[in-house]
Amino acid sequence: MEVLDLVLFEPVRGILDAPLFFVEVLIGGLMSGVMYALVALGFVLIFKASGVFNFAQGSMVLFAALFFVGFMDAGVPMWLAFLLTLAVMVVLAFAVERMVLRPLVNQPAITLFMATIGITFFLDGLGQAIWGSDVRRLDVGIPEDPIIVADIFINQFDLFAAVICGTLVAVLALFFQYTPTGRALRAVADDHQAAMSVGIPLSTVWTIVWVVAGIVGLVAGIMWGAKLGVQFNLSLIALKALPALILGGLTSVPGAIVGGLVIGAGEKVAEVFWGEVLGGAIEDWFAYVLAMVFLLIRPEGLFGEKIIERV
Amino acid sequence: MMDRRTGLALMAGVVAAGLVARAAPAQENVQFIPSLVYRTGPYGPNGEPFANGVADYYNLINERDGGINGIRIVFEECDTQYNNDKGVECYERLKNKGPTGAAVFSPLSTGITYALIERATADRIPIFSMGYGRSDAAYGRVFPYIFNPPANYWSQATSIIKYVAEQEGGLDKLKGKKIALVYHDSAYGKEPIPTLQKLEGMYGFKLSLHPVAHPGLEQKATWLKIGRRVRPDWVLMWGWGVMNSTAIKEAAAVGFPMERFIGNWWSGSENDVKPAGDAAIGYKSANFHGAGADWPVHKDILEYVYDKGLGAGKRERVGEVLYNRGVTNAMIVVEAIRKAQEIHGVKPLTGEQIRDGFENLDLTEARLKELGMEGFMLPLKLSCADHEGGGPVYIQQWDGQKWNKISDWYHPMRDVVWPMIEESALKYAKEKGITPRECPQG
Amino acid sequence: MIYRETGQFKTSYAADQAVLRLREDRIGLAVILLLAYVAIPLLASEYWLSTIMLPFLIYALAALGLNILTGYAGQLSLGTGGFMATGAFAAYKLATAFPGLDFVVVLILSGAITAAVGVLFGLPSLRIKGFYLAVATLAAQFFLLWLYNKIPWFTNYSASGVISAPTRTALGIPVTGFEASVTAKYLFVLIVVTLLSLAAKNMTRLEVGRSWMAIRDMDIAAEIIGIRPLTAKLTAFAVSSFYCGIAGALWAFSHTGAVEALAFDIGVSFRVLFMIIIGGLGTILGNYLGAAFIVLLPIFLNNALLGLGMQEAVAMASHLEAMIMGALIVFFLIVEPHGLARLWQIGKEKLRKWPFPY
Repeated sequence: MEVLDLVLFEPVRGILDAPLFFVEVLIGGLMSGVMYALVALGFVLIFKASGVFNFAQGSMVLFAALFFVGFMDAGVPMWLAFLLTLAVMVVLAFAVERMVLRPLVNQPAITLFMATIGITFFLDGLGQAIWGSDVRRLDVGIPEDPIIVADIFINQFDLFAAVICGTLVAVLALFFQYTPTGRALRAVADDHQAAMSVGIPLSTVWTIVWVVAGIVGLVAGIMWGAKLGVQFNLSLIALKALPALILGGLTSVPGAIVGGLVIGAGEKVAEVFWGEVLGGAIEDWFAYVLAMVFLLIRPEGLFGEKIIERV
Repeated sequence: MMDRRTGLALMAGVVAAGLVARAAPAQENVQFIPSLVYRTGPYGPNGEPFANGVADYYNLINERDGGINGIRIVFEECDTQYNNDKGVECYERLKNKGPTGAAVFSPLSTGITYALIERATADRIPIFSMGYGRSDAAYGRVFPYIFNPPANYWSQATSIIKYVAEQEGGLDKLKGKKIALVYHDSAYGKEPIPTLQKLEGMYGFKLSLHPVAHPGLEQKATWLKIGRRVRPDWVLMWGWGVMNSTAIKEAAAVGFPMERFIGNWWSGSENDVKPAGDAAIGYKSANFHGAGADWPVHKDILEYVYDKGLGAGKRERVGEVLYNRGVTNAMIVVEAIRKAQEIHGVKPLTGEQIRDGFENLDLTEARLKELGMEGFMLPLKLSCADHEGGGPVYIQQWDGQKWNKISDWYHPMRDVVWPMIEESALKYAKEKGITPRECPQG
Repeated sequence: MIYRETGQFKTSYAADQAVLRLREDRIGLAVILLLAYVAIPLLASEYWLSTIMLPFLIYALAALGLNILTGYAGQLSLGTGGFMATGAFAAYKLATAFPGLDFVVVLILSGAITAAVGVLFGLPSLRIKGFYLAVATLAAQFFLLWLYNKIPWFTNYSASGVISAPTRTALGIPVTGFEASVTAKYLFVLIVVTLLSLAAKNMTRLEVGRSWMAIRDMDIAAEIIGIRPLTAKLTAFAVSSFYCGIAGALWAFSHTGAVEALAFDIGVSFRVLFMIIIGGLGTILGNYLGAAFIVLLPIFLNNALLGLGMQEAVAMASHLEAMIMGALIVFFLIVEPHGLARLWQIGKEKLRKWPFPY
């Protein structure tokens, strides 16, 4: 009984005792969630259009960030570095489509998943072979001082990240909704066969999706790189994005955002208020357990397409 | 099908060719020293300067002195990627190389050190884990082949507490003060906890523990809790790699004063503070050797190694904290071999003979001056029973450009630490059925 | 010519249903076993035994476990590392709590404990499928490692959280710890792996194995023809975790000798997954081929790159190694998506007709 009290009610009392602090943690968690969502978005785009669970998304983030910071260190102005890195990501998308996806067309999903893990190794090696494995500082001029509103403490950097993420999602939504290419992408996502029969070239669409995922990876790489410094560990943030991804649903762009927010807020609140009772450093598994609990209720994630099975 | 097979066969051929090419001509009158490093993987950025420091110092000995008393050093790096399996594989691959086998291993990872303790003891090759690894291995009667000078994590924790106490105005003033420990949630990060808890009982400060899961990319929750809730007087950190710079940034984000944030010696290199930018100004860390490239030994390294184009890294990075740690590591290895040569004669020595060199190592002030390292570190003396030496540490502070020494040297509280070492080592001996050996002077 | 079934008549049902129906296969297996049990211990150097053969065998065992779950029952799992850790810590607790216990008993018990844990974490599979399940199994991976890292009881209150394996005997011969010879360790692991492989091969031919495959191929259809998904999926999780648990215990006791929970991190889970996909899903042979590939390739690549005069550039060699590894994974998937075991099978088909293909 005492244990139950300690685990269930003590943390809740902690929350009630300090509501302001709770709000702070909640806001901090939501902000972290935005950063996860940035990475999760890339996963969703590729899965939606091609059914490929692209494990290499994390490495694409690192890869893009390495090139970006590499160009900037070489004295290239920021906008040009952005464009150059963009070009690199486009080349990468073409290469992946040509050399990996096309030969593996019609293979089972797990084979494609494994292939993306192969790509992960390759990109990690290549990026670091070119740029080295030192930690590089990336300063894109985002202010980092905290601001305090009504005694609640907010990190300006996080606020900035949230704005960028919001813009990115809005642009993506417009792109999907109003451009011919976007419509073609949605058609392919809905039904490969039907899309092909109305003349939408599948391989082009895949290339475009990988380009878009590359751009999302670049933005995520810049944001995370500015936060942590550009280094090998950036590729590991994929592991933080996965629970957000499945919680939101593998096929839903808004799902990635909502998933990120739920996971971010949930894990931070858990770590701060439950961490002490349970021994601390519970963030990682808590995110996954939280996602799993949601999945038990809705197996296709919050916003994922309902899985209909027929014999 | 055929062409695929040919491709496979070709690949196999290339690999085989590589293996043949590898059998380099054996040299007889050399000392082989393996170098387990990591230049890649999650902690690659930190492994790199360390490995460069080691390589440059060995090259310096070869180029300037023609080897250790004329016995040239042959060293080979093996990249462990901070991965225990790879570390074990590297160890097994390198242990029998050279005319007399591996001289000594420095695994540069607490996890790999643990994995190698029994193997190396059985193979009679010393393990030199400088300021990391198993703390109770300082007890030479139970761990005849493991050395962790100049100080282990437990000693270091007491030294840092001494510094904190001095800032507060004495050990008696620690009562009621709140000290938080932020640590890497692994074997490494957990090492100082028992010591700090013991000190907590002795001096009445209040210790709170904040584990950070590997690799430590996300610490917002931890720091919100520390900065807004616990509000400790001091924060100590046992971190490594990306965890350090992230912690500094998050600490700054919650407004925790950097002057009261002290890292251990693995949390105080340029790699930890530079990515955090201006936020890191004022951050402190412990260290047991000098920072910067102002010692005579660095001038020699630049003259004899870099000017000849033999440098392992970039010239401007000579003198970084982790580079200097690599130099220190190599220097102690070389001095131990020198001492072993005094005992067993000037020739390539086996690991067992070099063990004797470690046990009789006596780095005096005069010797350090000859090495061009006067004031770089304090004298160090090991013995059969004491494999640690209980070396002192000082506190350094980052000013945005470089690390500055801001304190005196603090000797660890040996009276606190040694009984803990003894107890833990004897428990290990009992578990493993080892009879502690006798040491001449106790 | 040398590999043909003509003339080998089966005169009983037992002969027709034997695991190896062809004389050539039986001879082949006997040769391999002879090599593994006699030639390798006699000829291989200590380096080969302790850093190549031991990890290879143990990884093959873990791959076998995962293959039962993923290859036969179709449940994608990334929790292998967590289950291996469970086996390792269970074995450590058992071996230290009951010092007199034979190591074989310790292994079986720790396997059983892991099986129970596996069933627990397998429960969500009744509702969650595919990649969703894969990510959900990461919950097991992260939670289990955290648990063993956090609760000092699991490590007998060691300050650092590292367990180091004491010497234990099997039938009176020391097979773990530093008193055991490398050969004894190798032979012991080899016996365990041989027996468990045989058991797995037979299990997949029994009713339970067939129900796994039915679930894998289409779970709704399987349910309609009368297979209980509950029993089939949970037995798959149980058996798979049993194997992984034993692999983990062997890893800690017979291979490294000292491990912390982090030694079984997510990288291990992925490595085992590579093995079964490169080796071949739903095959027994594939586990060995895949494990050999993943264990040996980096070592060979590393040696080859260093041999080609890259001594000075260890970092570059490591990066190149990662790139080659990644490229080879993609290459193999393109060449033969069903894994190395299928290549072997194709080879056998060709041999059967050689030298007169019709």
